[in-house]
Amino acid sequence: MQVLYGRHHVRVFRFGLRLVRDEQVAEDLISEVFLDVWRQAGKFEGRSAVSTWLLAITRFKALSVLRRRKDSELEDEAANAIEDTADDPEVATQKKDTSEALRKCLTGLSREHREIVDLVYYHEKSVEEVAEIVGIPENTVKTRLFYARKKLAELLKAAGVERGWP
Amino acid sequence: MMALSKKMLEQEPSEIELLLPWHASGTLNARDARRVEEALARDPELAKQYAVIREEYAATVHLNEGLGGPPPRAMLKLFAAIDAEPARKPSAWLTARTRIADFFATRSPRTLAWSASLAVLALLLQAGVIAVMVAKNQPSTYETASLSTNEPESMTRALAPEAAPRAAETAAPPRALVRFAPDARMADVTALLDSYHAQILDGAESGMFRLQFGSRSMTSDEAAALVARLQKEKIVSLAVAAP
Repeated sequence: MQVLYGRHHVRVFRFGLRLVRDEQVAEDLISEVFLDVWRQAGKFEGRSAVSTWLLAITRFKALSVLRRRKDSELEDEAANAIEDTADDPEVATQKKDTSEALRKCLTGLSREHREIVDLVYYHEKSVEEVAEIVGIPENTVKTRLFYARKKLAELLKAAGVERGWP
Repeated sequence: MMALSKKMLEQEPSEIELLLPWHASGTLNARDARRVEEALARDPELAKQYAVIREEYAATVHLNEGLGGPPPRAMLKLFAAIDAEPARKPSAWLTARTRIADFFATRSPRTLAWSASLAVLALLLQAGVIAVMVAKNQPSTYETASLSTNEPESMTRALAPEAAPRAAETAAPPRALVRFAPDARMADVTALLDSYHAQILDGAESGMFRLQFGSRSMTSDEAAALVARLQKEKIVSLAVAAP
């Protein structure tokens, strides 16, 4: 378990943090995830990579946490996130720092878009693995990432950053 | 091809366009990666979009790497919770996989490449030894103790009705040329060979291995179904029937 934790805890924490946007909650989440792994280890059939299995559990637990929050809290959080994103890239653009603006806009994506962008780009999951983690068909995985990227381009454009696509 | 990327924003995105992010993260299978490479070489608009995707990829990695990790107390909390759990045996699968992952993680890519080559060589040697043993144990046509080739013709006729349904069978066990996915692990390949009762006859010319399945002949339909099933395997990029 120590080896498993040592190998995967940082990525599990980061994935959880990007979903719940709260360090304390993400910290609790990671303990819950690995405790679940300890309890359910016998059910792991080895059909997928261990990291895929862990990310799927993390996502499930993060969504449970988010569901427990009140709807109003969620709405506020979403509104704040978008507001922050609209402001910060402008500042970043003034500094001619497209990369910084990109990172700010990545935080302003919806939860669904954030998770798919992270799973593909950061966690380097294949189409099949993302489909398994998120629980959607493979074609939906592909189109969801496409529209996440379009949304990202819109946020950047609103912040005055043009990248030549779309 | 220019139209391929032009239409992307007004209409539905093309299949290749949808695969670009996975190409950037290097998680496409060999066949799709080749298709994307060819499309990128032909279509400057698609190549421009790919450059944008590379920026997104780098920004996402940078963003996540900047998030840091959980504090040590998270681990203490976890292990305290585990200690409070009733004792249990860890999953054999998990233990084995972790050990395998550790083994590969501590080896350099060059060492891994050599190890993979040696493993393939070992498989080929095994296949060779088995083939020689089978050949030695197979009685030749004229060594049959109970049936001489000089037996009356009626004997052959008597066997003929039984032999007839087998006419559609292939003379030898079915064979196929197989290309494994670039990210296929040796453990996966070995498991696949076991599950199909397959052995590697030769390879890897152009990355293709010639496999033989089982020791009995099959009808052409059975052989085709087997190759079709093989083609659907996650770690198989290409499978075609071979003589």
